[in-house]
Amino acid sequence: MAKKKVGFYWCASCGGCEEAVVDLAEDLLAALEQIEIVFWPVAMDFKREDVEKMADGEIFATFINGAVRLSEQEEIVHLLRRKSQVIVAFGACSHMGGIPGLANGVQREQILDYYYHSGPTVETNGSVEPDPGITKKEHGFDLPEFYRHVRALDQVIDVDYYIPGCAPPPAIVKGALAQLLAEEPPPPGTVLASSHALCHECELNETKPAEGIRIKEFKRPHQVEKIDPNTCLLVQGLVCLGPVTRGGCGALCVKGRMPCTGCFGPLDGVQDFGAAALSFVASIIDSNDPHEIERILDEGIPDPLGTFYLYSLPKSLLFQKLLGRNGKKVAESRPRKEKVEA
Amino acid sequence: MKSFEPKIIGLFCNWCTYLAADLAGVSRMQYAPNLRIVRVMCSGRIHPEHVLWAFENGADGVLIGGCHPGDCHYIEGNFKNLRRYLLLKRLLKQFGIDERRLRLEWISASEADKLRRVVDEFTETLRELGPFAQEAPLFQAAESPSPIQKSTLGMKEED
Repeated sequence: MAKKKVGFYWCASCGGCEEAVVDLAEDLLAALEQIEIVFWPVAMDFKREDVEKMADGEIFATFINGAVRLSEQEEIVHLLRRKSQVIVAFGACSHMGGIPGLANGVQREQILDYYYHSGPTVETNGSVEPDPGITKKEHGFDLPEFYRHVRALDQVIDVDYYIPGCAPPPAIVKGALAQLLAEEPPPPGTVLASSHALCHECELNETKPAEGIRIKEFKRPHQVEKIDPNTCLLVQGLVCLGPVTRGGCGALCVKGRMPCTGCFGPLDGVQDFGAAALSFVASIIDSNDPHEIERILDEGIPDPLGTFYLYSLPKSLLFQKLLGRNGKKVAESRPRKEKVEA
Repeated sequence: MKSFEPKIIGLFCNWCTYLAADLAGVSRMQYAPNLRIVRVMCSGRIHPEHVLWAFENGADGVLIGGCHPGDCHYIEGNFKNLRRYLLLKRLLKQFGIDERRLRLEWISASEADKLRRVVDEFTETLRELGPFAQEAPLFQAAESPSPIQKSTLGMKEED
């Protein structure tokens, strides 16, 4: 049987997802019995021209990590979409926008100003900024455009599957590969991880009190003198997003005594991860007095947007409204399509 | 030019605020027609996603109505809503949205007059704030590039 062609590409990402592929270790060698890597800029010497020469749909599956912010990234993911039968969003950034997606909370002007003018380590005569109008063809390069927004992969091209995680753990990547190569692949749009919440697989789940969790004071990890490894982190006042986050990672962070920050994203049927997280966190506050609630929030949740949308700001409903109004493709997999009538 | 008429989504609990709206109706009270009511069994059932979804789909303001504290048909569903509401307001502020676009009111079944006053007031507030889409700075930044961007950077709009 001919080996199936597979590609990898990275957009706005840290490189951790590339590591996640290498972390497969011996399993990667086993996978190479069935697949052939035809494009992987970070590790292998294939160029864009090589992909352009391929027939449409020649690649079986391309795994793309990272969010999309540069025009170059957009061009290449469109190219890869044409050449691939299956596109897999690999990792939290291409799944939901990830950490780079938080940049949507500030304006492009602020970012450029900080990095090219006002940042404390910047020495400049005040005029230098990257100019996408410049083309140095004689040196063989031009500069891509720096778009106004960071987008998740499925806000740019159609995506068939998602592998969640920041970065996806080896077991998840291995399981996803097996599912993709199986005779009956999962239905398109599937997130290739557990369909249960993280708590379901967390060892500390049993230590939740039967009467429910009620919190008078939220704490950040550094504010807890000693985190008890044998008690649910929520009970200890840490904002652990396990109850609303998709499982599959084996509660790695919790085992390392760090609360879950939600990199696996929402469970099936949830449109807005941040809203789900906010709802759950608000529900466990142990007070009915508005002033006391305000105080608990002031002290414990100083940055709701950064806490609840750490990995998913571009996929938030409010941000999708913006993309929709600009005539951009909004994730089409959204189950509810009704519009409020005028 | 036709003046701006805000759209308000009202998420009203079955036992108090919805009945107040009913009473206002049978009493032939007049109030701003900008309100569209969605009846829910309890204000504690209202998820932040409902509110955000309303904004995403064209609402200019969301009015949540529940029973007075202590009067909840389900003992303390309205307190659950209160906690979510207070946290959601903070989130909206971070998104650059005026927090006055989300309003929570305790209105009992007999307070048809309060309902009328609240809806009229809220409509007036939203009229002053203008359309949701134009108001949020985070969103505005996306719509109107500064002159520096266009002239000196040569950056095209992405659409």
